[in-house]
Amino acid sequence: MHRPDLPVHGPMDEFLAGVRAEVPLLLGVVPFGLIYGVLGLAAGLPGWAVVLMSSVVFGGSSQVVFAQLWGAAVPPAVITATVGVVNARHALYSASVAPFLRQLSWRWKILLAYLLTDEAYAMAIVRMRDGAPSAHRHFFLLGTGLTLWTGWQLSSLGGVLIGAAIPASWSLDFSIPLTFIALLVMAARGRSEVIAALVAAAAALALQGMPHKLWIIAAAAAGMAAGWIARGLNRRTP
Amino acid sequence: MSDGWLFLTMVACGLVTFLIRLSFIAGGRWLPQGGRFEGFLRYVPPAVLAALIAPDILMRQGQLDVATDNLRMWAALAALLAAWLTRSVLATIAAGMVVLWLLQAMV
Repeated sequence: MHRPDLPVHGPMDEFLAGVRAEVPLLLGVVPFGLIYGVLGLAAGLPGWAVVLMSSVVFGGSSQVVFAQLWGAAVPPAVITATVGVVNARHALYSASVAPFLRQLSWRWKILLAYLLTDEAYAMAIVRMRDGAPSAHRHFFLLGTGLTLWTGWQLSSLGGVLIGAAIPASWSLDFSIPLTFIALLVMAARGRSEVIAALVAAAAALALQGMPHKLWIIAAAAAGMAAGWIARGLNRRTP
Repeated sequence: MSDGWLFLTMVACGLVTFLIRLSFIAGGRWLPQGGRFEGFLRYVPPAVLAALIAPDILMRQGQLDVATDNLRMWAALAALLAAWLTRSVLATIAAGMVVLWLLQAMV
């Protein structure tokens, strides 16, 4: 292990430290990649698309959302907008790592932006913010990012291979809403998040008649507004 | 829709995601102040997920269906309970699928 107080960190040391920091997170990422591969096929996507999406989009939840919406014949523009909403939080990660990457070339910035996922960010920001200053600390983010990228590609490919062997009579398409239920329960930590979810669910049912399946965006916006308002009201009451 | 459309939609989604990640790294400075943006974004996952789940479970052929023979509704409730108790994606899927299979076998 490298002591963070050591003054000199070579590029390779930083890169390998990033890889080592990221490996434990693969325990959570690999099963999710397998699930994504299986349910991407179950949703009706061809195998090439399920595998290719893991490198083209490279964002777990948004890929599952894409698979479900494509299977439900949602117009491409609405799918793209929904994926944008799901991945909007990455702007926060971008803002958070930006000061540490300011001196880098465009090639580096583009590469690291592409690799900036939840898990890669979570590990790298600790090193960048709290670790020793080093001219090579972006190699740490490269290490976490590439490790996650590799784990995600291999596990989604594995999921497609497993999924191809599962007969349709198993109703495996149902694992998509089940995955969402698990992610929802983990995301709904406080009362205002639960209110956001309930309002979004009710709005989604009520607004089904909207053209171009725009109810997805409208219901999400209604839920977010409700959560925001609920938190504001909660603060005011002592 | 065709494979061409599928490919283009995927590329569009990839581009949007990449540009979001690049935004501030590329030198963007605008961020709504006071953590408001952050406060709003925490409601994205619960709102989007709930909006996607509800119609999938509770609607059949464009009609609201909360009758007792809506097997997916019962399986989803079991999954909800499992998610709440275990906080594990795999356990949630297992609970929901097993309940669905059992109900399908019984009906």
